[in-house]
Formats: sequence, structure tokens, C-alpha cells
Amino acid sequence: MTKSLAILGWGTVGALGAVALATVATHRGEPINALWLVVAATCCYALGYRFYSKFIATKILALDGLRATPAERMENGRDFLVTNKWVVFGHHFAAIAGPGPLVGPVLAAQFGYLPGTMWVLAGAVFAGCVQDFVILLFSVRRDGKSLTEMAKAEIGRVGGFVAYVAVIAILIILLGVVALIVVNALKSSPWGAFTIAMTMPIAVLMGVYLRLIRPGKVLEASAMGFVLVMAAIWGGQYVSQNPALAQKFTFSAPTLAILIMVYGFAASALPVWLLLAPRDYLSTFVKLGTISLLAVGIVALRPALHMPALTRFVDGTGPVFAGKIFPFAFITIACGAISGFHALIASGTTPKLIARETETRMVGYGAMMAESAVAIMAIIAACVMEPGVYFAINSPAGIVGQAPATAAATISSWGFPVTAAQMQALAHAVGEQTLYNRTGGAPAFAVGMAHIFSHSLGGEALMALWYHFAIMFEALFILTILDAGTRVARFMVQDALGHIYKPLGRTSWYPSVLATSALIVAAWGYFLWQGVRDPLGGINSLWPLFGIANQLLATVALCVATTIIFKMHRGKYTVVTLAPLAWLVAVTFTASWHKVLDANPRVGFLAQAQALAAAPATSSTAQMIFNNRLDAAVTGVLVVMVTLVLVESARQWLGILRGTNEAQVKESPFVRTRLVEERG
Amino acid sequence: MNRAQKTVCGAVANLFAIALAALREIFDEAAYARFLVRAGMPSSSEAYAAFRREFEEIKARRPKCC
Repeated sequence: MTKSLAILGWGTVGALGAVALATVATHRGEPINALWLVVAATCCYALGYRFYSKFIATKILALDGLRATPAERMENGRDFLVTNKWVVFGHHFAAIAGPGPLVGPVLAAQFGYLPGTMWVLAGAVFAGCVQDFVILLFSVRRDGKSLTEMAKAEIGRVGGFVAYVAVIAILIILLGVVALIVVNALKSSPWGAFTIAMTMPIAVLMGVYLRLIRPGKVLEASAMGFVLVMAAIWGGQYVSQNPALAQKFTFSAPTLAILIMVYGFAASALPVWLLLAPRDYLSTFVKLGTISLLAVGIVALRPALHMPALTRFVDGTGPVFAGKIFPFAFITIACGAISGFHALIASGTTPKLIARETETRMVGYGAMMAESAVAIMAIIAACVMEPGVYFAINSPAGIVGQAPATAAATISSWGFPVTAAQMQALAHAVGEQTLYNRTGGAPAFAVGMAHIFSHSLGGEALMALWYHFAIMFEALFILTILDAGTRVARFMVQDALGHIYKPLGRTSWYPSVLATSALIVAAWGYFLWQGVRDPLGGINSLWPLFGIANQLLATVALCVATTIIFKMHRGKYTVVTLAPLAWLVAVTFTASWHKVLDANPRVGFLAQAQALAAAPATSSTAQMIFNNRLDAAVTGVLVVMVTLVLVESARQWLGILRGTNEAQVKESPFVRTRLVEERG
Repeated sequence: MNRAQKTVCGAVANLFAIALAALREIFDEAAYARFLVRAGMPSSSEAYAAFRREFEEIKARRPKCC
């Protein structure tokens, strides 16, 4: 009876999912309701989790609930700690959810809602969730070792070295590109700049409250900080309306870039706990709250998607970024489908908290499903806008023209009608002077989110407040990523330099702290500056570079996972990691080839350098030519290194299959858990 | 309150407790509580400062995803 009910229940979920997916995939002409995407996603996740993750858990990984985890064996009350599985799930999700699943899908919406949706769903179920799950489990079985350490142990020194360099590279490119998103969101926006500036005294107030008034009561302090931030957003409108104040908070893109670099250096090198830790908490508080609120808003409003399923830009001529749907849709959306960066979290803090091996399925596979759902919400937020408005916000002036009338006419000529008056009215409604040339995805996401919220909570009158709330939410957590990322990269460089000269590795030796902080900020600051000065908006070159680096890191993670599965004598099941690995290799290598060698100057770095050299020279021409060649070199080096890992891994696999290599996993020995007896 | 209502109330209370525990872990309140137990200190301004000193190095090495 129970089995029949289960078959009936899962059959219904499958049928519903198939109908929803078919509707999403075949609907043309009329706007489609966003609820179809929600239903399709929910059914895909449910089926993926129930059947595919269970298959991986039982047939390949053979999760053993009796095997003690490092959290139990090495418990120290600090980083190793037996923790409730739902708590670990929340912790892991909070660590993997950043701006990526919001920004990437918004940018990829230039192809229409369909490619992004399909990639997010299939990518998550068959690639991203699998990567996070297996890397988490393998780290748990190796005392919580990092991806770099596992790559070194299982593939060899080359694997370890490439993983290390890939992590540093991805961090630097990531920090440069997310800083550019903040710059593009806050430039010439006194309201936005004022709100973000206010988060600093608010964070200090929270810090004082935490240290002196109610020590350790972070949730209270964060709730208080949230109320103050909302007051700052409300007050921001008066700043933008007052000419003298507005002038003080109106910054150009280069000025904002310099301010952000100074901030990044100070955050990494100076003991500014009173500012950074409370702001980190505030950012997490706002992030979790906003994502929940957005989910409720979408279900409550059930908005129609005005973006077509597929746009004409699948041919590679898109204004947001150049390049065809394959491979560029698949590197533009990383975090919502598969992200190499997640492998760092899954082999970082999380494996040290897992109480039982069997819980890695829910935490690893499940949290990535939640992240993927955030990406679906971002697609909905981008596609509820009229396509003309979406392209007006996301297209750089170098493509559509500087003047509003010219930009509107250009976008309308593509078949996406929009008028200068319509854009002016929208800018006025959200309290901005203009919304043209706001590349980077964040402002478009904010307009979409404001649209959803204002229709479900508060009406049109609150549109400006919701827009600035969304901008504040994105800028706040991007700034926390900037300071955390700079510190993490600084520690990694210090660890490496410590092998050459011991004092350089000491995190308390100030000359080393200052030098390595400056080095890291200079590295990502260079990419930021390059993006700010780029007439094509910067995102066109930097986001694909970030996507390539991130997916190459996922390639390394899947190489490690496949090697371990071979060593576990589960060779016949390696397709679960080999299939996404093959797909990622095809995507990233094709994308890299296009970004370096494509003859179209909007796509290929070298072609753009050549076009610049042939055009009449300006004061910045030489620098832009150098930047393009540098981007090409960075892409080339990353590809060569990942090729080395692939070759090393393939040698291991072939050796195991032929019986010439020892197929022995480097796991910590089995120790029986005591938790089962304790729990009865 | 009948049995069904009790079950629902129990489930809601359980859900709330888990959500609160997750939030306390994410926001380091639980880590601070464990520190107080380990150090045998009552909560105070000095104890929190000591906790931050110990915790900062571990936390600063944790990457945050994109």
C-alpha cells in the first residue's frame, strides 16, 4: 500500500514536472506566468534529490552511517564540531549563496528565459549538486581536507599546484568583477551611495552594542542594524533630493573604484573588527531575509515574464555580453548551475561540522538545490521587465549610444520597443537620474525585484524604496565578499611565501600583512580599473573571464572526484562525474578559445587588441591593448594548467583500468561512531 | 487541543527551534556560547573580546562564495 502510494506520488510529481517543463520550453509569443518556472524547478529538484542523489549515495559513495566523521573524532569545540544537520545545511547555504546566482542569470537573460532556466535546472541536478555532494563526502572521509590537499594526494603534485593557482586566480578575478558590479550600481547614484555609506556607522554601532552592551547577541544586533539600514534607505531619498547633499554623495565610476580599492586594502590589512564583523553579520541577515522575501513575493504575485523564451541574441550579437548561446550561456551562469568555488566551501568549514556521513547528501546536494532555486528567482526578476527596459539598463553606451533617444531607438530597432520617456519615468519611479548604461546585472535585478515587491508589498509608491533596498542588499554583500576574499587570498599567498621565507608566512608580521594585502588589492584592483575604463562596460570581458576561471575550478574538482571514484573500484559509475566533467571541458575550452582567438573584436581579446591598434590612437589605447592581451594570457594560462590536471587525472584512470596504478584511496581509517549508541 | 493540533504545534515548534539554532550557528552566537563553556567564563565584554580574538583567525580563512 505504502509502495503504491509512493509510486503514485512520485509519478504525479514527474508528470507535473514534465508538463511544466514542456510549457516552459515550448511556450512562444504570449508572456508566460513565472509560476510555471517555479513548478518545473520544484519538481526537478524533488526528483533529482529523491532518485539521483539516492542512487549516488547508495551505489557509488556507499554512505555509512556507522562511520565516525571528523566532527566526532576530532571534535575541539571550534572548527570540528558535531552539529545538527539542518544547522549545517543553513550554514553551508549561507556560505555558498553570494551574488553569483543573482547576477549570472540576469546577464544570461539576454538570450531569453529558456536557456538560463534549462541550464540552471539540468546543471544543478546533474552537475552542481553532484560536485558539492561528492566533494563534501570525500572531504569528510579525509579529515576535512581542502580541495587543494585532496588534489595533491589523489592526482599528484601537479593537481595540487593547479588547484592552488586556480583558487587564487578565481579569487582575484571574482573580486575585480564584483567590485565592478558595485561601481556600476552606485555611480551617479547619491541615494545608493548614501545608503551604503551609512552601513559603516551602523556597523560600528552594532560592534559597540555587541562588545559593550549585549556581548555576543549577534541576532539582536543584526535586527537592530537592519532597522537602521531601512531608515538609511528611507532617508536616502531626501539626500538625493537635496542638491548640496546629493552632490556630496554623487561619485563617478573611477572615484568609486578608487574608494573600493582603499576599502579592500584597509579591510585586509588593518584591525577593523568593529566595522567588518558586524557588517558581515548584517549582510548575512539581509541576504537570507531578502532571498526568503523574494521567494514569497514571486509565489504571491505570480508575475508574467515579458522576456521571450529565446531572443535574437542567441546568435552571439547580444549587447550585454558578446558570444553565442554555446558556450557563453554556460559560463555566464555558474553558481546557479555548477560553481567550482562551492568545492572550496564543501571542503572547508562544512565537512568539519557533519555529524554522520549520511547527512552529506542533504547538506551537499540539498544546499546546492536551494542555491539553484535562487538563480531561478533571479531569472524571473530579470524577465518580468519589458525586454526593451532590460536591454536599456544592461547595454553599455559603447553599443547603444550615449544619448537616451539614440539608445532607445537602437534598442527598439532590435525588436524590443522602449522609449526615452518610458526610461525617464522608470528612473524617476526608482529615484535615479538615469538607468541607462547600468551594466553588471545588479541594477537590472534591483528593478525586477522592486517590480515584484512593489506589486505584492506596498504598491508603486514604494518602488524607489524597494529598488534602493535591492541595491543596498547587493552592494552590502558584495562588499563583504570583497573584504573576506581579500583576506582569504592574502592568507593563501602568505602561506605560500612562508615556504620561501618564514616571516612572510606569519599572519602577525605587519610588513608581510601590508605587502601581501597590497599585492592582492593591486591584482583585483587592476581588473576593476580595466572594467571601469572599458567603453564596452567591462562586464563583456570580465564576467566571461570569471565564468571560465570558476568553471575550470569545477573541472579540477570533478577530476579529483572521478579519480577517487575510480580508486573506490566504482569505475562503472564514473559517468556521474565524468559526464559533467566532459560538458565543462567542452564549455570552458570552447569559451576560452573564443575569448582568446575569435576574430570578432567584441568576443576575442586578441582581435579587440588588433582592432584598437588599427583605430586612431587615443590616450588610453595602449593601455586597452595591453589589457586585452593580459586577459588573453590569463585565460590561456588557466586553460593550460587545467589541461595538465586533466592529463594527470586521465593517466591515473587509465593506470587503474589497466591495473598498472595502485587503486588505493587515501581516506582516514574507519572508526565506528559512538553517536548511534548515544542516541539509542 | 486534539491530537492532530498537538502534532502540528509540535512540528511548528520543532521547525522554529531548528531555524533558530541554524541562525545562532550562522551568526556565531552558538560558537560564543561554546567558547564560554570551554573557557569557563561568564558572558562579558572581556569574554566577547577574547572570543573574537580566538575566532577571528579561523573565520578570516573561510572563503565566501560568489
